[in-house]
Amino acid sequence: MAMLHIVNKSPFEKVSFRSCLNHVKVGDSVLMIEDAAVGALEGTSFSEKLKTAMGDVSVYVLGGDLVARGLSEDRMIDGIKAVDYAGFVDLTVENETTQSWL
Amino acid sequence: MKFTIMINEGPYQHQSADSALQFCRSILAQGHEIFRVFFYHDGVNNGSSLSVPPGDDRLIQKEWSELSKENDLDLVICIAAAQRRGLMDADEAKRQGFDSHNMIEGFRISGLGQLIEGGIESDRTIVFGD
Repeated sequence: MAMLHIVNKSPFEKVSFRSCLNHVKVGDSVLMIEDAAVGALEGTSFSEKLKTAMGDVSVYVLGGDLVARGLSEDRMIDGIKAVDYAGFVDLTVENETTQSWL
Repeated sequence: MKFTIMINEGPYQHQSADSALQFCRSILAQGHEIFRVFFYHDGVNNGSSLSVPPGDDRLIQKEWSELSKENDLDLVICIAAAQRRGLMDADEAKRQGFDSHNMIEGFRISGLGQLIEGGIESDRTIVFGD
């Protein structure tokens, strides 16, 4: 039973994103929204941790929240998909359960 | 598909009230159904009628109220969380002996059982908060 993990805090501010990655199962999805969007960037102290997890899970970012922070999709780690709110809704439909890592 | 949304963060606090609002609009735009939106903890402040942001800012409480009116949404505020934060409708104000009330149109006060029912009746329960 696949789970959508919704993360909304920056990995440089809170440990919730790292906790999430320590709990995900193969086939799950992770969606970064709000401040968590900065976690999508390549070349940070968090990138390797996320890239390792991407072997098991699909990773998405809410594109609007990335752009709102002055960041662009071309700075993201390869393989992360940007979605809009319609894509966010689709992810909650596709996954039977969701967990918000508040 | 049927959704229940839970909101634990107040408006203008971080971003969750805005995120939840946009998520709800997107649910409806895609033809899904919102069974209930439950406001808990500081989230109850989304139902205040006395918020006055600067003129060029969004008025989140009014946006909820209008979304509710346009789509006949069930917006429920937790009574215990509301009482602690000084948020009440006309009936509750009368019951508590206050001469004013401050709940914006489209919201109603009830208890946590409404959240549980939402979780049972809906296909998905999505939580927004701090």
